[in-house]
Amino acid sequence: MATQVVMPKLSPTMEEGQLSRWLKNEGDKVSFGEPIAEIDTDKATMEATATTAGVLRKIIVPAGETVPLGAVIAIVGEADEDISGIVSETSSGAAPAEKKEPVQEKPEAPQEAAPEPAPAQPAPQAQPAEAQAGGNGQRGDGRLIVSPIAARMAADAGINLNTLKGTGPGGRIVKRDIEAAMKAGPAPQAEPQAQPQEEQAKHAPAPQPAVQPAGGAAPYREENVSTMRATIARRLVQSLGPIPHIFLTTEIEMDRTAEMRKQLNALDPENKVSINDFVIKVAAHALLQHPAVNASFQEKVIRYYERADIGVAVALENGLITPVVRNANAKSVGQISREVKELAERARNRKLAPEEYTGATFSVSNLGMFGIDEFTALINPPEACILAVGAMTPTPVVRDGEVTVRQMMKVTLSCDHRIVDGATGAKFLQTLKKILENPLYLIA
Amino acid sequence: MAVITIREALNQAMREEMRRDEGVFLMGEEVAAYQGAYKVSKGLLEEFGDKRVVDSPITELGFAGLGVGAAMVGLRPIIEFMTFNFSILATDQIINSAAKMRYMSGGQFKIPIVFRGPNGSAFQVSSQHSQALESWYAHFPGLKVVMPSTPADAKGLLKSAIRDDDPVVFLEQERMYGNKGEVPDGEDFLVPLGVADVKREGTDCTVVARSMTVPLALKAAEELEKQGVSVEVVDPRTIRPLDIETIVNSVKKTNRLVIAEESHAFCGVGAEISAQVMEHAFDYLDAPVKRLSGADAPMPYAKNLERLALPDVERIVKAVREVSYLD
Repeated sequence: MATQVVMPKLSPTMEEGQLSRWLKNEGDKVSFGEPIAEIDTDKATMEATATTAGVLRKIIVPAGETVPLGAVIAIVGEADEDISGIVSETSSGAAPAEKKEPVQEKPEAPQEAAPEPAPAQPAPQAQPAEAQAGGNGQRGDGRLIVSPIAARMAADAGINLNTLKGTGPGGRIVKRDIEAAMKAGPAPQAEPQAQPQEEQAKHAPAPQPAVQPAGGAAPYREENVSTMRATIARRLVQSLGPIPHIFLTTEIEMDRTAEMRKQLNALDPENKVSINDFVIKVAAHALLQHPAVNASFQEKVIRYYERADIGVAVALENGLITPVVRNANAKSVGQISREVKELAERARNRKLAPEEYTGATFSVSNLGMFGIDEFTALINPPEACILAVGAMTPTPVVRDGEVTVRQMMKVTLSCDHRIVDGATGAKFLQTLKKILENPLYLIA
Repeated sequence: MAVITIREALNQAMREEMRRDEGVFLMGEEVAAYQGAYKVSKGLLEEFGDKRVVDSPITELGFAGLGVGAAMVGLRPIIEFMTFNFSILATDQIINSAAKMRYMSGGQFKIPIVFRGPNGSAFQVSSQHSQALESWYAHFPGLKVVMPSTPADAKGLLKSAIRDDDPVVFLEQERMYGNKGEVPDGEDFLVPLGVADVKREGTDCTVVARSMTVPLALKAAEELEKQGVSVEVVDPRTIRPLDIETIVNSVKKTNRLVIAEESHAFCGVGAEISAQVMEHAFDYLDAPVKRLSGADAPMPYAKNLERLALPDVERIVKAVREVSYLD
């Protein structure tokens, strides 16, 4: 029997997925559990596997398109089976697949509100809750008003509710409106919706021709927001919005750590360690002495972690990700270094598994290599703190009444003030500073 | 099939069950010599004698309690309340004794008792004598609550209630005693408790009605048919246990629900049905469930106001059109 293959949930935070590449063509045999497509989730590229054996009869969602979880992406069935029924069930979900040529959206003139790309897939998420300027006038308060049966019928038939005018009280879309729309013929496609985003599959949206707006405003071009960028945006609003941040900065004399690093690298030139590897190690060490910083505010309880799992921010070409060094306090600087390199490499290839970039207890972000002396970072919820590390710079300082040059490095701790007060964070920084200024404490 | 009134149907039911089982007896105010305030027990004293057809004093709590005791020792009492307004005095026996005894005795006592009598409004008997109390009794686990709307249902359900081993509150309607209808012949005709009846099939809107609103709903359905609206009328017949499945299946078909009831809306049976339909058929609704209930006020004595306080055909038509988005 023919079955629908749906967009699977491949990561804990995934809400939609971009069909990055089909690994099978229509007509290919697939066996149970065999990868059939690559899905670009909010964090990584993963494989969708066949949930049943048979022949890939029809591809519903072309490569490049983004659809919500649960949307039908393909039909798998017997080679000679009639699948017209199940295809029409997916109905206008199939429609975009008919468009063989991926069409790039033409940027809208700025005077017009750009219609949201609503996924054409029959899924409840297909109804954007947001108001759309210039839509039909039935949503005074910005909500789409639709009766439960009408919503379900529209979803089944793949009818975009935004294209309908409700005839019920207050503009409610009711059953007869859906019936009328079904009678009127194939579901109207809000033309820019669900446009295949082929370029995006390569994680680098192609530049579009610049738009020259009327009235002398600056010309611009628009690129679709990638799934990763959308996730970053969503997560960061969850950070600075709800979390009251405080920032504590201190300056650390790094000469001894730098010297120790030099000696270590001389011992093993094949596996060079970085200053940041020391920072991770020392931060983990300090966290165990300051459990309040290695914690998480969970509304009703405060969770204190008994291990320091450090998220290390890794910049990608068009985003960032924080792979996690587990149990960093128990690992040597060399071990940490090798692990960070390996995780960062796989992050760049977007091959990290979700459990490799979630569940840190504390994060470290280092922009020293970009020449940044000092900055503040946004907390990665539900962690309580993040350490922003600046560049190590030879700086004239006064020691014993004499001006002398030392390798100075500024670090800024962002704290969730709901659980980490200024003094609590400051004490953690004192310990961090003490150890980095005299790394022998690591073995003391 | 004979065409008889609800009054006659109830009388037949009791007579047949008293003949069938010597343990069945009738007790209440004026049930024997006067043959019942509404003549439901006509001829029973003559046939079964004063040991099985017993006139009680005006002591509702007392004779309801006697009934519970008789049921505990193996008899099958039918306790008639002259109207259910008077059952309010007997609620301690009905709710605390009859409904709980089986549970609290660990199953040692079954209570095969029927409390029956007219419920709801009559004609101009004012606030204290016009109350529909089904939601009171349906509220309590341990009681079954039955509300027939036709002679056939009245007979078949009362016979099932008398044979049932649990206490049954059997709610008749004074306005309906004279309603006529076909009743299947034969002493074995029974209508099972807990099974709803689709009184009329339709496709556009479901009206759930019970007792006196059933004939109103059927008239409204006729009227609406002329207007091109196909109404399905569902009569649950038993309020507890409620056959929600039949109601839900109907709503899944029509996507719209009007509930017409004589009782007040607040905390009423209509509220319960509405909640359960939302739980089981939310995705099938095309409009909010519409309740048409008795006015939220004591029943007025004045004839014109009494009429306004109760659902009628016109208002059921209007409610159906409203949920069908026709006006």
